[in-house]
Amino acid sequence: MKLAGQSTVLRLTVLSAPLLAALLAAFAFGPYPLSPAEALAALWAGPSAESDAATVMWQLRLPRILAGLLVGAALSAAGAAYQGMFRNPLVSPDILGVSAGAGLGAALAIYFGLSLAAVQALAFAGGLLAVAAVVFVAGRVRRHDPVLVLVLAGVAVGTLFGAGISLVKVLADPSVQLPSITFWLLGGLNVVSPGDLVLAAPLVAMGLLPMALLRWRVNLLSLSDEEAAALGVNVARLRSTLIVSATLVTAAAVSIAGVVGWIGLVVPHAVRLLVGPEFSRLLPASLLLGGGFLVAADTLARSAAAIELPLGILTALVGAPVFLWLLARPGRGGT
Amino acid sequence: MNRREYLVALTGLSAVPWTGAMAAVPSILHVFGALPPPDRVRRVFAAGGPAAILTHVLAPDKLLGWPWPLSIEARALLAPLVRNLPMLGRLAGRGSTLPLEKLVALKPDLIVDGGAVDATYLSAAERVWRQTGIPYVLVDGRLAESARQLRETGALLGVAARGEQLARYAEETLSNRCNRAVFPRPGVYLARTADGLETPLAGSVNGECIEAACAVNVARGPGGGLARVSREQVLAWMPDAIVSQYPEFHVLARQDAFWRRLPAVRDGRLLLAPALPFGWLDGPPSINRLLGARWLASRLHDPSARTDWVDFARDFNALFYGHAPTREELMRLPGLT
Repeated sequence: MKLAGQSTVLRLTVLSAPLLAALLAAFAFGPYPLSPAEALAALWAGPSAESDAATVMWQLRLPRILAGLLVGAALSAAGAAYQGMFRNPLVSPDILGVSAGAGLGAALAIYFGLSLAAVQALAFAGGLLAVAAVVFVAGRVRRHDPVLVLVLAGVAVGTLFGAGISLVKVLADPSVQLPSITFWLLGGLNVVSPGDLVLAAPLVAMGLLPMALLRWRVNLLSLSDEEAAALGVNVARLRSTLIVSATLVTAAAVSIAGVVGWIGLVVPHAVRLLVGPEFSRLLPASLLLGGGFLVAADTLARSAAAIELPLGILTALVGAPVFLWLLARPGRGGT
Repeated sequence: MNRREYLVALTGLSAVPWTGAMAAVPSILHVFGALPPPDRVRRVFAAGGPAAILTHVLAPDKLLGWPWPLSIEARALLAPLVRNLPMLGRLAGRGSTLPLEKLVALKPDLIVDGGAVDATYLSAAERVWRQTGIPYVLVDGRLAESARQLRETGALLGVAARGEQLARYAEETLSNRCNRAVFPRPGVYLARTADGLETPLAGSVNGECIEAACAVNVARGPGGGLARVSREQVLAWMPDAIVSQYPEFHVLARQDAFWRRLPAVRDGRLLLAPALPFGWLDGPPSINRLLGARWLASRLHDPSARTDWVDFARDFNALFYGHAPTREELMRLPGLT
């Protein structure tokens, strides 16, 4: 399926089909046994109906589905932006250390026994802090290629924050705090409440807006800095704007969902094979496919067993084989 | 203790296969190295939380330190003798926070460890013994074995009478209570962490207090440890009671629309257990859970009983932890107010 040549409307329609299928499945499946008829009736009855079925559909499944859409879309968009910016299809939203920073913030909050809201707030702050550290360091280095410096600084800062996480895990009470930290780092949507969505959605939107407005210019970053500058682009400012946007989006997503790996790497890559590398197509397609993919993964996470399977495990289990299959398909390319 | 008594004590302790009657009841103690005579055991290193509490209740004067940093609130409720013991770290294979060199420098007569007994832990214990030469005792930490833990470890530490006294309390707490309990047994959900969505699965060491209280752990799933679960799954399990040690979750469950809708919460069977100086239900999973097992059984099966839990906790603290906090101190604990 090569959609690069088709019209935008047709392309997005085709890409919406898996999203719709994922949404339907997400409403239909879950650990609470509901027949399709009961599920539909509960949806029809509205959120204020006093029944377990209504609670399941409106209070439990709907917020998780919305959270899945938000987090999946956010991570995929950030991944798409970074892959364009770093001119490298192997880049994920973690490249500048945002997940490691968020992980350290959350681990510290759990270690000190803080409330859920504080865990999320510290995760968000930790994500921003890690990227700020990377940007600060990269800004002081003038001798090397700025993109390379960013990547290297990101690796170093990510490692530093990762070491901090490990230290907190070693110090944590193994029977009380350690499991909570481990579960947080594996990612999951099971604690997401409507209130979290109200907080996270505007942050994600604030990050996505500059990406959408700058969608044409992002393509120019695939050129060398000199060539892009010759075309009238302020490369440094564009890069900073993208970093701030992608960081905001990723940190908001990670703070409510924990570390959900792979999706920000696999989805933009898959989308690029489907619609081509042009960012104005890549961005909306990544949003659609990323949201659908995470909703599907989360449906599996909450329905496959009585316990929650951590999302980070499922996205890797599903994402990596799909990624390999996409790579191995003969005669197709897009990057 | 004469040589004969010493040998008799050893028979209950040794991991070496024994003949005759001992073979019928395998020991809950697994010993590596040559044990010192009980009256010579003066310095005990506890390898983890469960062992530290076991040693503390039996022989507080022999405990060298705590494997984890005790909170100020927990210290305040403990006897002066153990309140200010240093935090030494734990031995847990690769998860150890205590260097073996420091262990040797502490010059313990004995290392006591408690918890799960499987090949991983046995081989880790054996390795520590071989490297340091310090005898290592791994105690099966199941709640149902509390009486034997107290009795057999007490004998080993040279405090057999103390072990016997506490073992009787454990037997009384754990034996035959379920005969009088209602059937079908109530289904209980044990909520951990501030969000309440981490739970020990049935069979897990962290949820044993539920079975000990003649109730059924509703959380059945693959694996036998802690798991994250979804709200929808909790609704599907429809527990008769929800019990937690986390005051934050207790507040959340009374405010949040989802939890308030659950019959357990609506009908007043949302229970908060105190967590100081050690958790009543769990954390660490050790002798401290005897208190929670009694409390939970009473709250589930005899909700109208007018037990004064402050007094009850005071007696338990005095008997096991050797220190009776004041009523005012106990009244400040979440779950006892």
